[in-house]
Amino acid sequence: MQTEELRLDGNAAGGVLRELFVQDMTAALGTCAGCGATGPVATLLEYGHGMGIVLRCPTCDTPVLRIVRTTGLLRVDLSGIRFLSIPSTIDE
Amino acid sequence: MADKPFIARGFHGRRAAAPPGRLPPGQYETRDFPVLSAGPTPHTSLTAWDFTIRGADDASPSVRWSWDELQALPHETPTVDIHCVTKWSKFDTKWEGVSVDTLLDAARAAGVANGAFVLAYCDGGYTTNLPLADVTGGKAWVAFGYDGAPLAPEHGGPARLLVPHLYFWKSAKWVRGLTLLPNDEPGFWEQLGYHDRGDPWREQRYRGDP
Amino acid sequence: MNEAIGESVATPPRLEWQVASVVSVTQETPRARTLVLAVPRWAGHRAGQHVDLRLVAEDGYQAQRSYSIASAPADGMVALTVERLDDGEVSPYLCDVVQPGDGVELRGPIGGYFVWEPAQRGPLFLVAGGSGIVPLMAMLRQRGRADVAARAQVPVRLLYSARTLDDVIYRAELEQLADASQAEVVLTLTRQAPPGWSGYHRRVDRTMLEAVSWPSSDEPNVYVCGPTSLVESVATLLVELGHAASRVRTERFGPTG
Ligand SMILES: Cc1cc2nc3c(=O)[nH]c(=O)nc-3n(C[C@H](O)[C@H](O)[C@H](O)COP(=O)(O)OP(=O)(O)OC[C@H]3O[C@@H](n4cnc5c(N)ncnc54)[C@H](O)[C@@H]3O)c2cc1C
Ligand SMILES: [Zn+2]
Repeated sequence: MQTEELRLDGNAAGGVLRELFVQDMTAALGTCAGCGATGPVATLLEYGHGMGIVLRCPTCDTPVLRIVRTTGLLRVDLSGIRFLSIPSTIDE
Repeated sequence: MADKPFIARGFHGRRAAAPPGRLPPGQYETRDFPVLSAGPTPHTSLTAWDFTIRGADDASPSVRWSWDELQALPHETPTVDIHCVTKWSKFDTKWEGVSVDTLLDAARAAGVANGAFVLAYCDGGYTTNLPLADVTGGKAWVAFGYDGAPLAPEHGGPARLLVPHLYFWKSAKWVRGLTLLPNDEPGFWEQLGYHDRGDPWREQRYRGDP
Repeated sequence: MNEAIGESVATPPRLEWQVASVVSVTQETPRARTLVLAVPRWAGHRAGQHVDLRLVAEDGYQAQRSYSIASAPADGMVALTVERLDDGEVSPYLCDVVQPGDGVELRGPIGGYFVWEPAQRGPLFLVAGGSGIVPLMAMLRQRGRADVAARAQVPVRLLYSARTLDDVIYRAELEQLADASQAEVVLTLTRQAPPGWSGYHRRVDRTMLEAVSWPSSDEPNVYVCGPTSLVESVATLLVELGHAASRVRTERFGPTG
């Protein structure tokens, strides 16, 4: 079985992203630090298979977000993401 | 999350009994070969493929083997148990490869700057760090055969590192080389909190585990 | 792509694990069953969202999976439909072991991208593979609750790929929708077809999509869900057929689905 058949997408990471950012992040737009492509977080490709969550850019495969849960800690690497535009629920 | 977990009535997970003493703590035996990877399967042709051992600083010489040169080195055929940190273990897996000792001996002879640690690097950008002592002394291979056939791409082919006495993420898939380092440098998962050594018998999953 | 911003964002303040109780179970097909759950703290959901479900064994061993919500927001309950994978860890438990009165731990609703709101204008084109029908069913059910005038604004077509006719989840309900001209339902069977079957009998391909989907000039909102390989091939084909990538929303369920 190829790793491509096993991959999921950013929708599957919606729960853990809510732990980190409180509100929904799957509809947020992310800009890849590798190639500059922008798209909804839901369209990132998810790998990791139990070790953690690796969300990669569908254009260039850069790991845009990496999340690992260790004992008592949720660690996230944001170095692959340049911008995040998050739909705002707070009225001005 | 700190509250007492809710136990699902009658849920046991995918676990089966295994001979005592053979499973590290927290592991279960699987007969499948689950795929674990942090990214898509790279496709490097054997003519473009090579394996390099280099030193930490750029001034150090490096040694490089083409696919054919690697194949010409003495082969070994270890049969080993493997243990994945996601809790499955697989017994009696049969591999074919070249001992990392053979490669490091050549590197030493070529004057590659030595170090107490290695960082394995791979196609697709994956890396993992290991103490040098864990890849020497007949404990580690660059493996290109599995179960009598060429190693399949989803399991790391054309070649992967095989370090069976450590958790399997250390056995980097699609490996292309080793960098010898004076100081330990965290790899892909280790940066995120996985253990720098990863001994399954001591359950060294995360940094800070004893 | 910018559509994602500005949609209503119904997000409860904090996502917490809670124990839902199983109210009833219904066998949908030989391999799939629906669990109706009573969730103590539920702020409502949107069609297309899912929950994360967590199972903990006596000795602390854990497994976690995602399941889409099959019920419409207005149904006042949460229904999940789970397809049983013989070599799976969690789905056989949910299909064989769980019974009414049991508790299951979950958190949700989750998701803000793979959701459909009745306010979204334009035709709705749904493509499902296997259990990928589940979140799309929530959309069909929600649309079904709307009045005739509102429904006229949103014509809907479903292309549903299943292994055999017996594996078609919600078959009776889909037939009803089709008979009442509430939705166009096109099935394709990838394995065995019953004698006299006149529908599609192959994997979803370009010709099929061309025949079933609206032309890209009608700007349909497309939702594709199911096994990763199906989702990726269908999404690629639709973009090749001229549909804007931002209007083709995808959700991958993994190797099977
Ligand atoms: C957002 C989302 C929504 C979903 N909604 C639904 C839904 O509504 N209904 C539904 O039925 N399912 C749904 N799924 C799928 C569901 O989450 C589970 O994946 C599914 O139930 C299988 O779980 P399992 O534990 O039974 O199988 P698993 O034990 O996870 O195995 C699944 C299959 O994949 C293979 N496999 C798994 N891991 C590996 C690996 N590492 N290497 C090789 N093979 C592997 C297994 O052998 C098996 O064939 C959804 C998934 C997502 C991401
Ligand atoms: Zn990119």
